[in-house]
Amino acid sequence: MSVISATALDLTFQTGDGPVHALKDVSLDIEKGDFVSFIGPSGCGKTTFLRCIAGLETPTGGDISVNGMTPDEARRARAYGYVFQAAGLYPWRTIGGNIRLPLEIMGFSKSEQAERVARVLDLVDLAGFEKKFPWQLSGGMQQRASIARALAFDADILLMDEPFGALDEIVRDHLNEQLLHLWARTEKTIGFVTHSIPEAVYLSTKIVVMSPRPGRITDVIDSPLPRERPLDIRDTPEFIEIAHRVRDGLRAGHQDDV
Amino acid sequence: MKSLWPPLAIVLVILGIWIAAVVPMNIHLTADQAARQDIVVTPDTPAERKELSGLSLAVKNPDIWGMTYTLDRPNLPSPHQVGAELYKTVFTVAPTSRRSLLHHAWVTLSATLLGFVIGTTLGILLAVGIVYNRTMDKSVMPWAITSQTIPILALAPMVIVMLGSIGIQGLLPKSIISAYLSFFPVVVGMVKGLRSPDAMQLDLLRTYNASPNQGFWKLRLPASMPYLFASLKIGISASLVGAIVGELPTGARAGFGARMLVGDQYGQPIVTWAALFGAAITAALLVATLSLIERRTLRRMGMVGAAA
Repeated sequence: MSVISATALDLTFQTGDGPVHALKDVSLDIEKGDFVSFIGPSGCGKTTFLRCIAGLETPTGGDISVNGMTPDEARRARAYGYVFQAAGLYPWRTIGGNIRLPLEIMGFSKSEQAERVARVLDLVDLAGFEKKFPWQLSGGMQQRASIARALAFDADILLMDEPFGALDEIVRDHLNEQLLHLWARTEKTIGFVTHSIPEAVYLSTKIVVMSPRPGRITDVIDSPLPRERPLDIRDTPEFIEIAHRVRDGLRAGHQDDV
Repeated sequence: MKSLWPPLAIVLVILGIWIAAVVPMNIHLTADQAARQDIVVTPDTPAERKELSGLSLAVKNPDIWGMTYTLDRPNLPSPHQVGAELYKTVFTVAPTSRRSLLHHAWVTLSATLLGFVIGTTLGILLAVGIVYNRTMDKSVMPWAITSQTIPILALAPMVIVMLGSIGIQGLLPKSIISAYLSFFPVVVGMVKGLRSPDAMQLDLLRTYNASPNQGFWKLRLPASMPYLFASLKIGISASLVGAIVGELPTGARAGFGARMLVGDQYGQPIVTWAALFGAAITAALLVATLSLIERRTLRRMGMVGAAA
């Protein structure tokens, strides 16, 4: 059974300038253990779709289920961890304190909190930074801490909204590699929003190409790349071919506009 | 200590203006006194002198400038007279004496602190109500703003008299006026502070399915701390002003306000000025204390690193 399943999803925002079709007729199935990237230009609805999965937006039409529940039920059952564009760490909490935040809210015991904080810090290579404050860490380290925070309560879905968008290319490559290792170790289902074609192709088992006005899916590519991916896989013909197809999909979406 | 120079320069400038102003401000009184002591002043009749401005009379009589600084009842006391009065009433009399400025300072300070606590508590409660309750959001803020447009000098006697008529006297009426002045900056600051978390931070808590209660204690309240401290520093000085104003209308027998009134009514401007400076020094100490607590608290919360 699909972990996430959307059928003919519609979302229209009512704005001062009239209705905006953020999502139109979006259907998609995500299987357990998939790494799905959503790629497309601004306004294509990729973030909106992720927020629909998270129950942060309510679709105006169609069906969507997460773990067999409505997104809102899934949210209340704490079915997913969400990583935002900015790390959004609380400046008044240490890195450890920030990771403890969801655990405190969900009522884990003190000893369990400590154990989980140590485990996820290790998972994102931040062991030893527990007592530091966010301003003492670089942007990339802060974003890793926010990923650790999303992993701390062991939800089997991880939703990531352009988590590396604000970071430079070198840091981003490094974090992409780490994210793949993390995914392999934790076997989570990941939804990942990005602007970057190489990032989408490198990370994903499934690439969803979207286009704007109205926000919709123009192509879904199942990646033939193996799950084990060294960085230099990006120079192989297979990789370049997929990247090409993504680019074509993006271009096709744009031609509709003209 | 480079940072000490700019404020020190301003103090010196103010002191300079003050010292320069003493001569023309007091020259008429001085000339009258000098004439009685058979010192020659120009012009020599009081009526003619009255016609002249302080400045031109001072220019005509440079010989008696020195005397303007030592009058018993000057229009404008000189800095050293105020300093001497402060020294005398603070260090040479027992703090329990009615003549000690420390005694009066404590009377005003206790009302200030009680009023500050009442005002801050009220301000925080109102701010929480405004942020969490739509009706309060719409209704309370306009009234809070209106409350601050009423001149406190008009309101204070009414409060004192009304509370006095139902038997409440002394500390509490003054504290209520203090609270009335100090709650407002706290409301404004706390509303802004409690609303400072952005949409992303609120969404994050929704993804954890956090309760509104948890949202308050874990996000909104800590996020509001820097705003709260900024408000408290304004609030405490407003509180002190409120307590002094509360001492003025009903002839209170103790406190800075009473001292100012006594000095005024009995023609002892030096006493008034000493009380004025006492109040200013008290306010500075209160604000400095709050700044210290602010720095300690924010540092413990890890929020100073960016600022310090």
